[in-house]
Amino acid sequence: MDFELSQEQIMLRDSVVRFVQDHYDFAQRKALAQTVLGHSDENWKIFAEMGWLALPFAEENGGLGGQAVDVAVLTEALGSGITLEPLFSSALLGGRMVETLGSDTQKSAIIPSVLAGETKLALAYSEPNARFVLTYVETTAERSGEGFVLNGRKSVVLQAASADRIIVVARTSGGVADAKGLSAFVVDAEASGLRRQDYPTVDGQRASDLWLENTPGELLGAEGCAAPALNAVIDAATCAVCAEAVGVMQAVLDITKEYVSTRKQYGRAIGDNQVVQHRLVDMSIALEEAKAITEMTAMQLDEGVPDISAQISAMKVKVGDAARFVGGQGLQLHGGIGMTDEYPVGHYYKRLMAIEAMFGDTNHHLNHFASAI
Amino acid sequence: MELRFSAEDLAFQKEVRTFLKENLPAGLLDRSDRGLHPLKEDIVAWQKVLHNKGWIAPNWPVEYGGTGWSLTRKYIYDREYFLSGAPQTISFGLRMVGPVIFSFGTQEQKDTYLQDILESNTWWCQGFSEPGSGSDLASLSTRAVRDGDAYVINGQKIWTTFAHWADMMFCLVRTKSDCKPQEGISFILIDMNSPGVEVRPIVGLDLDHTLNEVFLDNVRVPVQNLIGEENKGWTYAKFLLGNERSGIARVARSQYQLAKLKQIAGVEHQGNGLLIDDASFRSQIARIEIELKALEAMELRYLSQEIAGRKLTAETSILKIRGAEIIQAIRSLTVTALGPYGLAYEPDDVFRRRNDGPIGPEHLHGAMADHLYQRAATIYGGTNEIQRNIVAKAIAG
Ligand SMILES: Cc1cc2nc3c(=O)[nH]c(=O)nc-3n(C[C@H](O)[C@H](O)[C@H](O)COP(=O)(O)OP(=O)(O)OC[C@H]3O[C@@H](n4cnc5c(N)ncnc54)[C@H](O)[C@@H]3O)c2cc1C
Repeated sequence: MDFELSQEQIMLRDSVVRFVQDHYDFAQRKALAQTVLGHSDENWKIFAEMGWLALPFAEENGGLGGQAVDVAVLTEALGSGITLEPLFSSALLGGRMVETLGSDTQKSAIIPSVLAGETKLALAYSEPNARFVLTYVETTAERSGEGFVLNGRKSVVLQAASADRIIVVARTSGGVADAKGLSAFVVDAEASGLRRQDYPTVDGQRASDLWLENTPGELLGAEGCAAPALNAVIDAATCAVCAEAVGVMQAVLDITKEYVSTRKQYGRAIGDNQVVQHRLVDMSIALEEAKAITEMTAMQLDEGVPDISAQISAMKVKVGDAARFVGGQGLQLHGGIGMTDEYPVGHYYKRLMAIEAMFGDTNHHLNHFASAI
Repeated sequence: MELRFSAEDLAFQKEVRTFLKENLPAGLLDRSDRGLHPLKEDIVAWQKVLHNKGWIAPNWPVEYGGTGWSLTRKYIYDREYFLSGAPQTISFGLRMVGPVIFSFGTQEQKDTYLQDILESNTWWCQGFSEPGSGSDLASLSTRAVRDGDAYVINGQKIWTTFAHWADMMFCLVRTKSDCKPQEGISFILIDMNSPGVEVRPIVGLDLDHTLNEVFLDNVRVPVQNLIGEENKGWTYAKFLLGNERSGIARVARSQYQLAKLKQIAGVEHQGNGLLIDDASFRSQIARIEIELKALEAMELRYLSQEIAGRKLTAETSILKIRGAEIIQAIRSLTVTALGPYGLAYEPDDVFRRRNDGPIGPEHLHGAMADHLYQRAATIYGGTNEIQRNIVAKAIAG
């Protein structure tokens, strides 16, 4: 057992920390979040050049063969800058679906350009009626000539507006709630019959709802096999986003510690009040727990521990609770200034709120864990 | 101990309920249901309706245009008011400066300001907090220096809600420094159109504009605008903050919003089922509802103590602490109820300009905005930490 970072992991972390320092000061991030794209293609090039996009992919597909623990090092460090580039949607979700399901031809046609940052992907799996149930899919795909046509609606598809191709999960057989009968398709962003409604998310990122009307799609791999792949990809992404939350919470704690030691009321620093000190202690404890269970889960993912899903849920619950507490108290201890868009702590809070609602919220994962007892 | 209201009180309750149902404008109600701030013209128009009915100022004495209701009637009215879904009337004139003026003001001040407050012709804002003085309000440093028949005021206020809509600001200023901080503060009324007043917006977490900074640069304010005596402002401010704390528990508003949350959970799908049928989600609603029941019982118990003539001290802090925490829990669970759509967020003014229809379910818009705004419920009007300090002192005896 070893929770220590390897030499490579330390280098990876340091390179991300430098990137955040150079490209993600608060003003830069705020300006980026307000552009139409919502992130920077220059930064995206850096993500590719640094190998961060290649990290989670197997070496045989041109990747770096990084494991969950490596990805966690990456996303945790990015969390300190609450970066906006579509690492999740393009690499950890869309890209990994292609890697997990795609034929050799599809992999070699798509993955290299995703790793190079030339093609952006998005993954459209959730639907308005599904809430967080991955296998509840009303969108259908039917054979039509050589290929398939898709019909249905997808909701809150992260970064769909900037994606060149969208991996869409649709049903090729079975009832709406069946785990069997799900397939994944590569849909071109410009495909006919595809309509998008774009909107910002609370954390300054972008998402879309999609309407598919006889939209052509290319089957990814074999028909009817998407559910296990989707589960595995979402599990890994959940671990990555929890690691990001750890980085975000660390930033909240750092900013708050700094603030309470400089802000004076009643003639002394507000941090001199023991109640404030204990609050910071409780925030630190929550963060320590979240960090430990996330690292533990990442190692278990890498070990290939069977039936990992309960562990994933345990992690998401713990991290979700910690995020609410640390984020909320970070705001509280700032008083009025924390409530403003001009001050960083609220932006971290909003990212934490977003993470809580991603890949199954606390209630969803608590239920899932309970059902596995 | 007696639970029931008298027959007359019940008839009054019915009258209030019917009036509100028949007169509350749909647009105002919709924004209030969503947790969006009312638009200025809408809330002003609504307050005028309440004024015409004679109900705009339940806590003012009859001689100044109040209702003369008993504490029980006021309680019933407030409760019905918030259970109707109506947004709270704006406090700055009606609950804050109005009572200060009729309690401590000169006849001229009463004649000048009270009627316009009742008729909602004048929008007031509260200039208390400063960048360096929040919780420790008495340390404030905005300075007023007497110069002939005017005070010349220099300094800065912050977090001034709706200052950009305001005609007048009631303001705490320092008129003396070689004394205990509380003993050198004066309470003064400033015309926002005076030369030297500059209002700058502060964008909130919800990306909306309610907060402001107000800069005061050699602003000349006539001495007639001083309330009461020079250097006695702290007494008036404490009186005002005491008034601010009545109805602070927001029980009826929370009950209303909890009912809305149940409605949302009743239409949100979760695969083949509905969110409301999810046992653990139900438990979360139940837990909040139980907290709210205890808060309501506590508020009623304190009310009965007040009716019996006892003066409340730490009790209002207890109500504020729990009331704010419960509101936050409800508004946070309302966002949770949206599931993945909880991520989507667009500020109100942008949302209203969309030409491709609303995002997601009909009930999405407003939930996150209010969740974010309500984070301030444990900050404004004295933070929860400061309220706990007050309770700590009180129970230490
Ligand atoms: C949405 C909103 C609207 C507002 N509207 C108005 C308005 O219209 N007019 C107006 O004048 N003001 C307004 N305010 C200001 C509000 O009253 C202050 O924010 C509040 O008094 C806290 O002051 P502060 O922000 O300076 O925080 P600080 O006093 O700096 O407090 C920061 C943190 O330290 C804690 N703290 C401070 N002292 C102690 C202590 N002794 N022990 C333990 N903890 C302590 C606080 O609880 C808080 O968590 C508004 C604020 C908000 C957020």
